[in-house]
Amino acid sequence: MAGTALRGRLTWQVAKVLAVSAETPSVRTIMLDVPGWPGHQAGQHVDIRLTDEDGYVAERSYSIASAPGEPVALTVERLDDGEVSPYLTDELRAGDELELRGPIGGYFVWEPEDGGPLLLLAGGSGIVPLRSILRHRERTGSTVPVRLVYSSRTLDDVIYRGELDKPAEGVEVIHTLTRHQPPGWAGYARRVDAGLLAEVAWPASMMPLAYVCGPTSFVEAASQALVRSGDQPQRVKTERFGGTGGT
Amino acid sequence: MDAVDGNAIGGLLREVFDAEMTTTVSVCGSCGTARQVGELAVYAHAPGTVVRCPSCDNVLMVFVTIHDRTCVDLMGLASLG
Repeated sequence: MAGTALRGRLTWQVAKVLAVSAETPSVRTIMLDVPGWPGHQAGQHVDIRLTDEDGYVAERSYSIASAPGEPVALTVERLDDGEVSPYLTDELRAGDELELRGPIGGYFVWEPEDGGPLLLLAGGSGIVPLRSILRHRERTGSTVPVRLVYSSRTLDDVIYRGELDKPAEGVEVIHTLTRHQPPGWAGYARRVDAGLLAEVAWPASMMPLAYVCGPTSFVEAASQALVRSGDQPQRVKTERFGGTGGT
Repeated sequence: MDAVDGNAIGGLLREVFDAEMTTTVSVCGSCGTARQVGELAVYAHAPGTVVRCPSCDNVLMVFVTIHDRTCVDLMGLASLG
């Protein structure tokens, strides 16, 4: 059966880097040309595989930042002790090749027919799959009301800042900066917890659909607060990416 | 070590089961809680990948990959799919 691709089989393939752009000092967006890309859903991810000269292989998952129908873009935060992310953020250049497989995942995805109102909670680079959802909503002409609550350490750590400063109609963007706030900061300066969510989340009676993505501690705190306030657990979708991250 | 969600092993599961599994319903063999695979607790830093029930912490699935071969233990599940 060697060389025979089974239907639906997920295989590693080589993508070409089209461009790398800086989002913040430690975050890069990588635009990829993936031959034969079957298309993806908002919220899905890919696995990236790096192989060392001595054959050592490191694999990580990265959320897709672009909307369905757009070229595949990954937004990667540099983790100083990471095995994969420093290569992606510091070394990778346009024209380089990258091994990936995907798209992957059916749980943390949103389609316009899933409705809303949508509550998107992002901690640090947890914004990435939620940005895909926001772009998908806009590109499909969906009018589902959205509140995005985005926790970052400082204003300089806010990913997609220019884009989020000009949200589509029906999208409210609520920032909280947990470590440092610029002079005159009018947004929140606290962690995303029950108190903050009581102020900014949709009331449970509106049956909101929530997507929570970020470091594990962020996702635990935020998703538990939502469920305690009456949101239905099956309408609170989570994606933890471990570690402490930048929230 | 922090757990991540079952979403994170979507690629591994596609490799093993040849299907998208993160929306498949799993039932814990210990406490009987039914959840989508995407909701399960995944510890990917163990020697291999350990998947636990978020309700009772029972080990549901273990995957160990060596030289392109993956060993799969599903003993902790009452059912999958």
